[in-house]
Amino acid sequence: MADQQTFAVDAMPLMTALYSGALRMTRNPADAEDLVQETYLKAYRAYDRFEAGTNLKAWMFRILTNTFINTYRKKQRRPAESEFDADDIYLYHRLGGEQGAALSRSAEDELLDLFGEAEVKEAVEDLAEHYRLPVLLADVEGFSYKEIAEILDVPIGTVMSRLHRGRKQLQKRLYEFAKARRLVPDPPVALAAVADALNTESSAPSLPEADHEL
Amino acid sequence: MSSDTEQPCDPNSGPCRDALQNLFVYIDGQLTMERRLVIKEHIDRCSHCFERFSFELELRQVVAQSCRDTVPESLKMRIAEAIGCDLDSELPPCCEQESPDSRS
Repeated sequence: MADQQTFAVDAMPLMTALYSGALRMTRNPADAEDLVQETYLKAYRAYDRFEAGTNLKAWMFRILTNTFINTYRKKQRRPAESEFDADDIYLYHRLGGEQGAALSRSAEDELLDLFGEAEVKEAVEDLAEHYRLPVLLADVEGFSYKEIAEILDVPIGTVMSRLHRGRKQLQKRLYEFAKARRLVPDPPVALAAVADALNTESSAPSLPEADHEL
Repeated sequence: MSSDTEQPCDPNSGPCRDALQNLFVYIDGQLTMERRLVIKEHIDRCSHCFERFSFELELRQVVAQSCRDTVPESLKMRIAEAIGCDLDSELPPCCEQESPDSRS
């Protein structure tokens, strides 16, 4: 069974991604462990049906997601859908992007300081499931729309609209965390105040130059 | 604060709206090359849009970095055992014949 032996070589390195995804899905370490173990066993048994040369990670995530949905899913209401508007860049505005844009210039580390790893995780986990899964697959795992559509078995358009709304919700949640920790007063203020609250060195942020590549 | 002599950014019309409507798709790397270049050209010129795009990109990186967890050793061992992978060797069993220095 050469196939199943190469499975170990190829699939073991994916465990961090799968376990992290499982944790966000189940929001519970014990369930996440069970989910990952079940995923590996299913994938191992079905490995002869895996098409060589295609994306093993996407294939494993499909198994993970299906197992999660069939075993752990809890029914959740969908919020009303809304059209795009300029307010969609929610967090950016709320954190004072208009006034100083200091946050957008700040290093990733500062953003991390602002929210904290645990809060980012919680914000992701707070998303409704039909938003959480595409956001995880796109923003954490970097899958393409097409891959996500295949993993979740929904049309690409659905993937895109769920990503759009899911990301907006995620930003709202992060803003709530920042507000709760008094990092940002309500209503929003210029970033200088946030910078002060964080005791960062740059107390007077200047408008950044367009110096990094997008 | 540096002075800003460019056109004010209007998210509700023209190229700014076009760019912002494609913000996520751009960052997701899912635009056609042609569309991508049009927007790239705009955000290189419009500092407001550039800042929004940068912010979104950085947030994306923060989310990705924050959502990584360490797999418990016990889970790793259970799975390795179940799929016939020897964790004590440098490489899984199938590669051992090609790997003379694997610990055993």
